[in-house]
Amino acid sequence: MSEVRQRPHTKMVTYPSNAVIPERDLGKNPVLECSHLGIEFGGLKAVEDFNLVLGRTEIAGLIGPNGAGKTTIFNLLTKVYQPTHGSVLIDGLDTHGMTTVDVSKAGVARTFQNIRLFGNMSVEDNVRIGLHNQIKYDMFTGIFRLPRYFTKEKQQHEKAMELLDIFGMSSLADVKAGSLPYGAQRRLEIVRALATNPKLLLLDEPAAGMNPHETQELMDNILRIRDTFQISVMLIEHDMNLVMGICEGICVLNFGRVIAKGTPEEIQSNPVVIEAYLGKKKEGGQ
Amino acid sequence: MAFLSSLVNGLSLGSIYAIIALGYTMVYGIAKMLNFAHGDVIMVGAYIAFCGAQYWGLPPVLCVLCAMAVCTVLGVTIERLAYRPLRQATSLAVLITAIGMSYLLQNLALQIWGANPKSFPTDLIAFPNLSLFSGQLKVSGVTVVTVLANLVIMVALTFFTGKTKMGKAMRCVSEDRGAAELMGINVNRTISMTFAIGSALAAIAGVLLCTAYPTLQPTTGSMPGIKAFTAAVFGGIGSIPGAMVGGLLLGIIEILSRAYISTELADAIVFAVLIVVLLVRPTGLLGKQVREKV
Amino acid sequence: MNAKRRKLIYNLSTYAVVVIAFIWCQMLLNSGGMTRSLKGQLVPICCWITMAVSLNLVVGISGELSLGHAGFMSVGAFTGIIISGWLQHGMGMEDTTLRLVIALVAGGLLAGVAGVLIGIPVLRLRGDYLAIVTLAFGEIIRNVMNCIYVSVDGRALNIDFLNPNLPGKLLLNGPNGAVSVGKIATFTAGFILVLVALFVVLNLTNSRSGRAIMAIRDARIAAESVGINATKYKMMAFVISAVLAGMAGALYGLNYSTLVAGKFKFDQSINVLVFVVLGGIGNTLGSVIAAAALTILPELLREFSNYRMLVYAIVLILVMLATNNPLIQQVTRNLAARVKRLFSKKQPKVSVKGGDQA
Repeated sequence: MSEVRQRPHTKMVTYPSNAVIPERDLGKNPVLECSHLGIEFGGLKAVEDFNLVLGRTEIAGLIGPNGAGKTTIFNLLTKVYQPTHGSVLIDGLDTHGMTTVDVSKAGVARTFQNIRLFGNMSVEDNVRIGLHNQIKYDMFTGIFRLPRYFTKEKQQHEKAMELLDIFGMSSLADVKAGSLPYGAQRRLEIVRALATNPKLLLLDEPAAGMNPHETQELMDNILRIRDTFQISVMLIEHDMNLVMGICEGICVLNFGRVIAKGTPEEIQSNPVVIEAYLGKKKEGGQ
Repeated sequence: MAFLSSLVNGLSLGSIYAIIALGYTMVYGIAKMLNFAHGDVIMVGAYIAFCGAQYWGLPPVLCVLCAMAVCTVLGVTIERLAYRPLRQATSLAVLITAIGMSYLLQNLALQIWGANPKSFPTDLIAFPNLSLFSGQLKVSGVTVVTVLANLVIMVALTFFTGKTKMGKAMRCVSEDRGAAELMGINVNRTISMTFAIGSALAAIAGVLLCTAYPTLQPTTGSMPGIKAFTAAVFGGIGSIPGAMVGGLLLGIIEILSRAYISTELADAIVFAVLIVVLLVRPTGLLGKQVREKV
Repeated sequence: MNAKRRKLIYNLSTYAVVVIAFIWCQMLLNSGGMTRSLKGQLVPICCWITMAVSLNLVVGISGELSLGHAGFMSVGAFTGIIISGWLQHGMGMEDTTLRLVIALVAGGLLAGVAGVLIGIPVLRLRGDYLAIVTLAFGEIIRNVMNCIYVSVDGRALNIDFLNPNLPGKLLLNGPNGAVSVGKIATFTAGFILVLVALFVVLNLTNSRSGRAIMAIRDARIAAESVGINATKYKMMAFVISAVLAGMAGALYGLNYSTLVAGKFKFDQSINVLVFVVLGGIGNTLGSVIAAAALTILPELLREFSNYRMLVYAIVLILVMLATNNPLIQQVTRNLAARVKRLFSKKQPKVSVKGGDQA
């Protein structure tokens, strides 16, 4: 058993009314504010009345049983689905009517539960695609190989390598993304998301399919990403070691509704959560 | 009256399209492939019926049955030899193979029956012409038979897919091939069955088509094939009632625009309507909307 | 830079194949070692190569199945013919090279406009629906072409719909197509056109825009989630492809003295698709070779005369069955790996399928 990394204790404070965010983020705009967010699929309420505020540098966890609507929330935040109710503010900006592309430009990046890499392309190209809106030149510059093409390509290459280095993947730059081992594909998705220079990083089951050692590494990396880029991270995860180990605020979802919110300690001792979700695990484990 | 007469002609042509479109839509629904060779199976069916009547001296019913039998065998053989080995391949690879199959059938027909158009015996379907509204509206026997055949086929297919074991298996396979296989459904046999039914229908359509438009040559099936495929998409590909609605509408639109707008532009109008429909309903009139799972 | 070098080698070898083939053909032409029928095929071969390279941009690189490529070719062809005819008879321009260049550019531009008009509605659809709508558009274009009459009267260009009674010299005669076209296409022009098409497509794929296009092909939602506007880049590929097809069409049209719209039926779109698929989807060099080989093949099969299309069909089916047979795929993969090991003994790296990516 690998040892759980000690989470530096974060003091959570209430913000504006019933939401809690880390004390250090109090002076700044929250990066994400969802109020009464909801979506219906033909009468079925997949997510209902979802309220959440995320601090500027908070690491938050979104947990809940399978089918609780966790990924749907990510899809709502990134506008893969348009919400039928409620609003989402990204860094104070109302995302009503925005597309996935607009939200990405507004500073939300994500990974996918079922990995969606550009499998036929090299690892480096995957990251370069993440840099699409960061280092730009137009189509004609590309076709006619104007001087700008070469300087920008060089910039892209250097930046991509720098980002890949975070996960020690720069030696794999030339490998076809689709032929990477599973864990490396998950890491590459994170690098690609980081390349878009986000304010909020959404990770959908980042540790799925990883062994305890890899998970431990991932936890270190998530903390390091947060510290170096000063961004907020929200993650969906079933690995409770990871969630309890690095998340500062946790939100528990069941049947599309929030059933509990709070710090890891509060969640662990919350009877509703134990009944709905953790209960089974705890009974088996203790 | 002229309008009514055009409408009846449209109904007749539309019924033929609908019968062909059923073949496309069933194969698409189950094997998830565009069977480009389907139009050429129609042509083969028509040739067989032609030979039956002209050379072998068979009675009309036997001609049609003979054509259906040959087409069924042909359809199943094509599936077995050319499409089944590609079950795991990309859809584009299957499409190209189907195109190759279409060329093959056309050129085989060219070798066997020659390039010269044959005039199809219009008396193959002997049904008295109807005269309505004291002779103002004449409906040919072929039209009556075509529309009736279409209705019978439609009812039979609805019953077949809804009530019989094989029909239910077909719907299962079209919904989720993997799950159907796990439930013990023989997917290969179900797909073969679909090709068999589709090809038998193609034979009927071939006979009806050539009775209404009696020039028979190796490329006879290709344009009606494309139009019928359009009809299938128009109605929502994969849906049996959709094929029916799409086929009928397409036929009516084609004949009406030929009569009232322009003969030269009739095809363009048909395709333009298809495009407009797809823009409003991206999966056709009766097609199911599918949401991509993320 | 392994990947970069591989791309460079791939691109250079693509150009090299075309240049060498051109020089070889020129030598054969000069020594008189080329049959008449093959000589007549030289310009069409260049046109079909350009068509294949441009369709490959849509089907292989952008990942959208288009069955209406011949439509753009026909727009380009008739535009080219009209412009060339107008320059010759209306403006009195006798310089054939200049006329050819202007005709090609005009053909490409108008096909590009058609590409934009068609792309806006069509690219919202997916998969087979997109395929059938492009096919429909190809047929509409052909149908409409059959109804257009164009004449040149002095300096004026008269264009009318369904009305053949135009003053002056008739350039486009509705269903009878273009008549008495000045045959000004040359093999050298075809060669340059192929190089232009390769230059555009290869450079595009190795640029920011090209990567965005391929990203949408591989995972559309992921591409949008990193801020790539899918519609814009799909449109870019579609329109560039239409422009190239239009230029190929203009050259093709100016290679014959008469031309009817029926030449660009949907079977032609499908033929080009066959080149792309047989050449390896997404593989530009493959498209070039397949287009050339399959255009020459029926010529070479002349001794089979009547059977040649039959043989062509059988070859097509067998090739598709063989290339998709798991056993044969395994054998070729092993062979490729062995060849690769032979060439780079020092780097037994992660196996990456070699050079099938343009």
